[in-house]
Formats: sequence, C-alpha cells, structure tokens
Amino acid sequence: MEKMVIRESTYRLEKARILRTKKLTDKEKFFEITLEDGKRLDHEPGQFVMVSLLGIGEVPISVASSPSGRDTFDLCVRAVGKVTNALHKLKPGDEIDVRGPYGKGFPIRILEGNDLLIIAGGLGLAPLRSLIHYVLGNRRDFGKVHILLGCKQPKELLFSDELEEWNERTDLYYACTVDRSDPDWAGNVGLITTLIPGVDIEPARTFAAVVGPPVMYNFVIKELLSKGIPEQQIILSFERNMKCGNGKCGRCQIQNLYCCQDGPVFSYEKIKNLSEAI
Amino acid sequence: MTDMHYVILKKEKFSQFVSRLSQMQKLVAPVSKGFKNFAFEPVASAGEIALKYIPTVLPLKKYFMPQRETLLEFNLGKHVQAEAVVEYEPLTIFGAHTCDLAGIQCLNMVFSERPKDYNYLARKNKITLIGLECNEYCDEYASCHLVNASFPSGGYDLFFTDLGDYFIVHVNTKSGDTIIASTKSFEKAEQLHIDELSKLRDTKRKIFINEVPIERRHIPELFDRSFRALVWKDLEARCLACGNCTNVCPTCYCFDIRDELDLTLKKGVRYRVWDSCQLEPFARVAGGFNFRKERSVRQRHRYYRKFRYSVDRFSRFFCTGCGRCTRTCMADISLKETLNELLKESEDRVWKRWL
Repeated sequence: MEKMVIRESTYRLEKARILRTKKLTDKEKFFEITLEDGKRLDHEPGQFVMVSLLGIGEVPISVASSPSGRDTFDLCVRAVGKVTNALHKLKPGDEIDVRGPYGKGFPIRILEGNDLLIIAGGLGLAPLRSLIHYVLGNRRDFGKVHILLGCKQPKELLFSDELEEWNERTDLYYACTVDRSDPDWAGNVGLITTLIPGVDIEPARTFAAVVGPPVMYNFVIKELLSKGIPEQQIILSFERNMKCGNGKCGRCQIQNLYCCQDGPVFSYEKIKNLSEAI
Repeated sequence: MTDMHYVILKKEKFSQFVSRLSQMQKLVAPVSKGFKNFAFEPVASAGEIALKYIPTVLPLKKYFMPQRETLLEFNLGKHVQAEAVVEYEPLTIFGAHTCDLAGIQCLNMVFSERPKDYNYLARKNKITLIGLECNEYCDEYASCHLVNASFPSGGYDLFFTDLGDYFIVHVNTKSGDTIIASTKSFEKAEQLHIDELSKLRDTKRKIFINEVPIERRHIPELFDRSFRALVWKDLEARCLACGNCTNVCPTCYCFDIRDELDLTLKKGVRYRVWDSCQLEPFARVAGGFNFRKERSVRQRHRYYRKFRYSVDRFSRFFCTGCGRCTRTCMADISLKETLNELLKESEDRVWKRWL
C-alpha cells in the first residue's frame, strides 16, 4: 500500500487556539476560538464545526456566535463524551483543530423583515445564540423579536449575564421558564410550551426558530401551529452524531436527507412527514 | 458500435494472458475458498482463478473503500501537526460480475458528489477493472435483473464473455487498450464472434427475468406505500442486528471515524472504518436519544437506502441484486422474500379499500 499527502482532503484540519473560556454550568463550558493567523471562520448562524482533539477524536459542535463584527467564534460545549470531557480540561492558549463550517444555517435573508419567535430548550440556546447575536447586531433588519427560553432547573441556565441584558432590552420580548424551581428562583415554572400562548405575535409575519432536545419539538410545534404560524415559517435545527460532515458517513441521515449537508436547519414543512426527524 | 471495440482471447492463451497481466501490476481475481465461498485475492496464474463463481463473500468495495483507511497522520507534542493522507495501490481486478460493476458505479456517484471524497477518488483512479459476464444465474439468491444489473452497462475497462473456446472482450477505455497491446494475447474479433455474443445475449434475455413480480419502474412507488408496512415488524422479530448484511453489501458505505495513538503516545492516525446502520448505537446522539432504536426501523432504513432514497438522490437503485445480504444473513432474512411480502401487503391494502 502506497501513501501520499493530499491537500484537497475533506478531512484536513485547521489549527485554532482557545482565547477565553468560561464555566457556564456544571456541564457546559464556553470557549472563544481564533483560527490560526486570525483567519475568519466565515460561517452562517446555525452552522456547525467539527472540533478535533487529535488522539482522542472529533465531534460536531454548533457555532454559538454571530459571524458579524468579529473574527473569532464561540462554542458552548456540554461534557457528555470523551472528546467533550477532554475539551473541558483545556485552557486559554491551548490549541485545538477544526474543520468547517458545515451545513445550512438559519435562512437569514428570508427571516429579514419579519417578526421572530426564538424558542430555545436547554443547550439549544447554543446554536440559537448565533442567530440571536446576529439579529441583535442587525436589529433594524428585523421586525418584533421574541425570545423564549426553557431549561430543567435554574442552575442549568446558560449565558446568565446575557439573559439579564436581553431581559432589560426594550427592543425585544424575553421570557424564561424552568421545569423545576429552586428556592432562589423567582421566575416562571413550567414547560417551555406554557410560555407560547402568552406571546403576542402576528402569525402570518412571524418566523419561529426552535432548537432543543428531541423530546421538545413535537410539543412546541403543536403550540406554534395552534397559534397560527404557517408550517414553512417554523424553522428547526436538529442534533445528530455527525462523523464526516460531508453527507457520506450515514450517521445523520433522516430518510433521504443528510442532516450535515441538507440541514441541520430545516423548515417544519420540509420534514413534517419524515418519521425519523423528530 | 464498430468491431474495433471487440477482440477475442482464445482459451489456450488465457494462462499466458493472466501471467502477463499479473506482471503489469498487482492482479486480484475470484478464488475458491471451499464450501461455495469465493473471495477476490491476489493471483499470478490462471489456475488460481475461479471463472465460474457465485458472488464473493466481500464485494469489490474492499479495494475502493478499504474496511480500514487512514485519513490523517498526526504528531502530538508541543505543536500538534496533522497531515491528510490517502492510501492507494495500483491494482487490476479481473472477473468482476455485472452486479459488482454496478456496485462500484454506485460508490463512484456517492464519493464524487460534492463535497467530493478525494481519498476514494484518488484510489479509484489507480484501479483497472475487468468484467466477466454471467451467462446464467449464479444461484437462487440473485435478483440482478430486477435492478437492471444482469447485463453489462459500462463501469469497466475490459469486459470478458466466455463463449466456449474463447472469450470475446469488449474494450471500453484507453487503459483497456493498453492491456490488450501489452499482453499481446488477443486477436481481432470477426463478425461470427460478434454474432455468437448476440446469440448468448438473446438466450440470457430469456433466462434472466424479474426475480420479483414487479416492474422496475414501480419499485419506488411500492416503497412510497410501504413505510408503515407490517413486513418491517416481522423483521423486528427476526433480525439479530449483527450488521453482516451491510458489511457484504456492494453499495453500503457508512463509516465511523476514530483516532488511534501508537505505543509512544506521541503520534497516531485518524482512520475511517466500515460501520453499519444495523447496529444499535449508529443513530444515537450525545444525550442518549436514538433516532433508529428498533431493529425494524433499522432494517427498513437499509431497504429504503437501496430502493427509495437513492432514487431521489442518484436516480438509480443501490441494490445490485448480488444476493449477498440474503446469503450471509444468520436469521434467513431474504431480500427477495421481503420485496415479495411488501408487494403482497401492498396489494392486500388495495383490495381492502375496495371491499
């Protein structure tokens, strides 16, 4: 067997460095990353990157920051497997390798000029944060903006300082709920679906962007449909265990679609009849 | 088509041809392994080759997409360095049946689709393919006619048809021409040889018929109607989820990517390795949720990848009718039987609507 180096390989990695980290919760950690030589990742909100720790493995992670206004990008990583646990041990200055960005992000050009209802469940806030930051950075291009947030317990809330800022802004409507309260919690208690009936929207001109754990989608979509939001205006992003990102390895396949190339962002209209989607 | 595209190889010159071919570059061909098992293996002489063989245990994908393949080589140290590599080997494959040629055509489409897979494409370009016609069915498991793979349809450099005392050989590419010129074993084909080939093809058209009573063009519709069929529930009870069917399938290409350090712990490789949608963890995500948890759903996924999704994506079936999945299944799950059952169930539903 002969061997040669290839430049075009879709598996070629780019060097990146961790600039800043922050522990967000017991399980989630925030990373600000720069590519070598300050090169821009040039991603769209909602896209993901493959993050490598050579010798340990590679995992798909959503980009959690907006592409506009800066050259670095953010990741929010939950420690669940060997790669993500190893990532949590890294410090500013440490090197990682990345490839990407991959997939189709949120359809920004279509969302512009419309009202937005952004619904994040748990770690679903990570990919949606890229959209939220983009929208807030280009606030004039969008209509009314609603952000609904839900998680299991108050201590699992991500980006709590940003949440406070969103709560105080007058140019968006923000609400948050937890499934189970704790003694210090003064906010809403209940599933995220309980927040939806209360939002004041014009369904015809509202796009909903929903990301959360698999179990959340069916309940939230039902509420959104009963609010009168059309199927093609409900935008979802899916989690799958992508290995290649190139629509080949088969891990992320949903019937005839590959989540890594055709998604991870889909309109509900497109996937509503695909039984393995949600 | 002019006669120029055909040459003949007399049987007495077959040995000379094989040894000269094996001297040009590494040559692999079907070899008998006993108990009706065959495998593509390196050969140097004609005597080693099984000219009459049923599909080998593993299809040709083992050369185009090796079971394990290095993608990156890396050094760990103060500064981690990684290089993307491709492993390849100049190779001639002799004796590929039309089902296996169709399998390679499918893989070519997958790995040429953007984003292209340069590892596959670089390796493919180093492989010369010589086909060999099936004059009759290999066994009762084949369903090559149903999926339009019983007659040659490109995908080879040379294609051999056994006509008794000689082979008639279709020269399809320039690298096929090179082999004809270098081995110096061939003669010009006369009109009577071409006529003999046509006669064989006519006979074949009578022998090879749709192995399942459905017209090819109606298969996608059958699958459109069958997503909730009870047939899948039956497979739930029988399937052992061993993954044999996907390993031996000429068009199954799903893979896993893993890292491995050597004993110094200072360098290592990232490699890809065949994986199977039939295995339980395949569609599981980090939180533990599994999008194809039940075996019935995983088996259905396999069948839809062969007969439905690939039609949308590549306008062809990804089943080549080789019958390997059926031959290898420990639980006797049969592709032909599954298709027959889907047909029966679908027709029952139509009748029930009328009653």
